[in-house]
Amino acid sequence: MNIENEIRKFIEENFILEGDDHLGDEDSLLEKGIIDSTGVLELVAFLEETYLFKIKDEELVPDNLDSIQKISQFVQNKLNVSCENVSRTEARG
Amino acid sequence: MLLQNFLEESAHRFTDKVALIHKGDRWTYQEIDQGANRVAQLLRHQGVRRGDRVAIFLDNSVESVVSLFGILKADAVFLMLSPTLKANKLSYILNDCQVKVLFTHINKLGVVSEAQGSVQSLKNIVFVGKKDRIPRMDTPGTISWSEIDFLNPQSLRARGLSEPEAATRIPQSNIDLDLATIIYTSGSTGNPKGVMLTHLNMISAATSITAYLENVPEDIIIDVLPLSFDYGLYQILMTFKFGGTVVLEQSFAYPYEIIKQMVKERITGFPGVPTLFAILLQMEDLKKYDLSSLRYITNTAASLPVEHIQRIRETFPQAKLYSMYGLTECKRVSYLPPEELDHRPGSVGKGMPNEEVWIVDGNGNRMGPGVVGELVVRGSNVMRGYWGDPDATERVLKPGPLSGEKVLYTGDLFRMDEEGFLYFVGRKDDMIKTRGERVSPKEVENAVYGLEGVLETAVIPVPDEILGQAIKAIIIPKNGFSLTEKEVLRHCKKELEEFAIPKYIEFRDSLPKTSSGKIDKLTLKQEIGIK
Repeated sequence: MNIENEIRKFIEENFILEGDDHLGDEDSLLEKGIIDSTGVLELVAFLEETYLFKIKDEELVPDNLDSIQKISQFVQNKLNVSCENVSRTEARG
Repeated sequence: MLLQNFLEESAHRFTDKVALIHKGDRWTYQEIDQGANRVAQLLRHQGVRRGDRVAIFLDNSVESVVSLFGILKADAVFLMLSPTLKANKLSYILNDCQVKVLFTHINKLGVVSEAQGSVQSLKNIVFVGKKDRIPRMDTPGTISWSEIDFLNPQSLRARGLSEPEAATRIPQSNIDLDLATIIYTSGSTGNPKGVMLTHLNMISAATSITAYLENVPEDIIIDVLPLSFDYGLYQILMTFKFGGTVVLEQSFAYPYEIIKQMVKERITGFPGVPTLFAILLQMEDLKKYDLSSLRYITNTAASLPVEHIQRIRETFPQAKLYSMYGLTECKRVSYLPPEELDHRPGSVGKGMPNEEVWIVDGNGNRMGPGVVGELVVRGSNVMRGYWGDPDATERVLKPGPLSGEKVLYTGDLFRMDEEGFLYFVGRKDDMIKTRGERVSPKEVENAVYGLEGVLETAVIPVPDEILGQAIKAIIIPKNGFSLTEKEVLRHCKKELEEFAIPKYIEFRDSLPKTSSGKIDKLTLKQEIGIK
């Protein structure tokens, strides 16, 4: 399963209701009311546990997390960087 | 004096000063005032009369602010609805107080369409957002917000209206005894109750609060709280009263964004709730951000854990922290002077200016220090009553010392120390207080019963450090059904608002019963070790 599908699956299983409009890849999660303040924390926990990286405070911004497409891009970038640096993965504290 | 005078007077004194900042855009007092005048004209034109109810169903936005003042200027009553309301509750509220016009956003079309069919009183819906997505309807009639566009002098001229003509104030006839707003809050029967607040109630509360916070026109406030919550709403009202600037955010989902704004706009006042402070304190190193402009932080809705109070004071040493307590029925009751945090961090202080509070026993007799009893509030900030519910009103508004006056029985248990400082003990009834919101266990139980496969359920509170109380649903599935936690949560998300969704779900074969056959919640609560 690719990153985008994994993320969509997590969001659909944890946040979306049956019978709602289909969530587009670029739809804003905040504006659609899909995610709220505690939802963001759950999403962050999921990403850190699944992809084994640590998300920094400054990275917790809508540009990185507010749509399925943005989250996938963000995850991809972080994974590319860690591959390039061959850095050790940080366990979530 | 009327509530909209706050805006009108500031528009006179501080015409070109930035009143509101939202999503990077800046709006002056004059722009907001003129926009509100345009909304008032539209409402009058659509047949809205003095005392009519007009609801706003929007995320925090400039349109929310302009609409609420426009509604007041039309002598009508505004309802700031929670943008997360589901269709069932939305239609209940619109019907309950016979709302005539609804302001909403096109991205809420799903919920609005589902709700509006059963609301006979609704004459018009004004949609903010993409005009081409607005459905054509006769009843209610649909209107685009762009028709009230107050930013666009060219569009006004194109419609044959010159600016000054378009943005004039319409004549008003309300007096301060008239209703300004109805705020819906959770009721013990499961249905929400509409708290009626007059202009006088709100002006009185705003005056007391801005006095003890020592607000000045130089204050710049950040508002990350929903405007449907009186705490969030009053940030706008009070800022307009003292002529400051308010930075309006839509949520506090992204703490780093909030900090960035606080640094960028040189925020001086930061109102928050325990959940928000908990999220912020999880950030790595708040001290590296330049928040030297911050002069005060406020907390209400639920008490802050003492360790969080200490950490907030350490992280923002130059800011004064105010622990406060209140309820929608009277806006605010008390505040703790910041100097007292060293001696009594667990207290919510004493009554605010122009108000009296005392503690009573079961018979209404005033108690002295050290005894736990119900808190009673006396002041011009006390509500008029619950809309359309004289019985519920009579249960909380009881005769006061002067003939004919009413005082508010809060339903909250408190004790007072020797110096008169108040300490919250718990709720008198069975309402759950979670994330600062009152939730009726019955409402949650009703929602759970709606799920096929549920035989019986009991909803109880569980102590929680951050939330105050968390909600637990204990469920007995019907024979042959195997329910999962996920299924229950998905169902609850459809019916209930976010804060009312159970945090804990437990499946059991049986529930303890009292001798009359009712579910024995006392025993259930005792199992978890709470009273």
